Amino acid sequence: MAKTPVQFTLNGAEKAEFIDSGATLLNALRDKIGDTSPKGGCHQGTCGACSVIIDGELRLSCLTLAETCNGAAITTTSGLSQGGVLHPLQRAFLDAFASQCGFCTPGMIMAAKVLLDRTPNPTRDEVVEALSGNICRCTGYEPIIQAVLTAARSNSQNAA
Amino acid sequence: MALALQTFSTVKDANAALKAAGTRYLGGGTLVVRAANEGDVSVSSFVRSTEPALSTITVSGSEVRIGASVTMAAIARHPNLAALAHAARAVGGPAIRNMATVGGNLFAPAPYGDFTVALLALGATVGTDDGEVPIETFLAKRESNHAIVTSIGFSLPIDGGLRFLKVSRVKPKGVSVLSIAAVLKQAPDGAVSSAHIALGCMGDRPMRAKAAEKALLGRKLTSDGIAPALAVASDGTSPITDPIASAWYRNEVLPVHLGRLLLA
Repeated sequence: MAKTPVQFTLNGAEKAEFIDSGATLLNALRDKIGDTSPKGGCHQGTCGACSVIIDGELRLSCLTLAETCNGAAITTTSGLSQGGVLHPLQRAFLDAFASQCGFCTPGMIMAAKVLLDRTPNPTRDEVVEALSGNICRCTGYEPIIQAVLTAARSNSQNAA
Repeated sequence: MALALQTFSTVKDANAALKAAGTRYLGGGTLVVRAANEGDVSVSSFVRSTEPALSTITVSGSEVRIGASVTMAAIARHPNLAALAHAARAVGGPAIRNMATVGGNLFAPAPYGDFTVALLALGATVGTDDGEVPIETFLAKRESNHAIVTSIGFSLPIDGGLRFLKVSRVKPKGVSVLSIAAVLKQAPDGAVSSAHIALGCMGDRPMRAKAAEKALLGRKLTSDGIAPALAVASDGTSPITDPIASAWYRNEVLPVHLGRLLLA
């Protein structure tokens, strides 16, 4: 299989790799770059476990070819904490017991981050809509929704 | 399975490369990369084009032209396409809408392709380098289409002119039991003077409900007025059976949901 050079920014750090032509971003991140926070769930675009943020937009890394990300800025959940301090969303997920088996959590947090970046004080319905592409089989969703709303309140208080 | 990807700056060059056996056009990836991930061995390589026109939305008066690579999210947030926002938001969740393209939706097999149902009711045209064809003609022969779809054109309906309903078991995002789009024109007395009704999941691809359209002409949008149309709503349908619903169920509930849409 031919190798293709790919260069992008991952969580603020420049990355350059030779990957298999046609490889998905999910496989490139996990197998070549070593960022295992995006999870391979369904590989069909149904579960949202592989969600990442590409140039500010939520996307599914399992359906995105890595070559199409040349020059892009990619954010994954592994890049959220700073200096050992958890991101408010990560903190809220822990506090609200919004993560049980944890498999869906990185994708959920990516979806929630895009929402809060654009809508700092979302309604409950907006949170539900933002998470509608992400499946969780453990929590029943309510703790996750509450965690996102809590993180939003936390952000608002910190900004005040 | 890793597959080769070729990127071309023009549709013309991409069309030439697409002639190779096993080559599929890559739009947003929600159909063809999914197929490859599922082990579809008929896919051996991908071709895409970065021609800017593919990602452009042009609104001139009531005439709209949407590049085939425009995503559902871009349509949903476009200030001049509010009439279609509901149908665009019916596709997938937020991440899928950031990826799924209007061109790709034309090829989505049932139970997907909800946005195409709206385009069918609008009487859209599908553009390729070979010219334009009515969407109904395109859908009938979409498997044999070998030219890259470049754009979709249609006239915006007057306010409230496009009615759209997606029925699913899971809210806010779920796979369709069925979807319905209708573009109706009414005379000053309220009688329907023109009706285009399109159905999703009632066949292997979006289809027109022509018997219902005919039965609506001259009728008012009341319970009594639409009754003849509902009675023939399932004429000519051949619904899919899948884990979401059986063909029998889809035929049973179609008149109920069509009635709700027409009376809304």
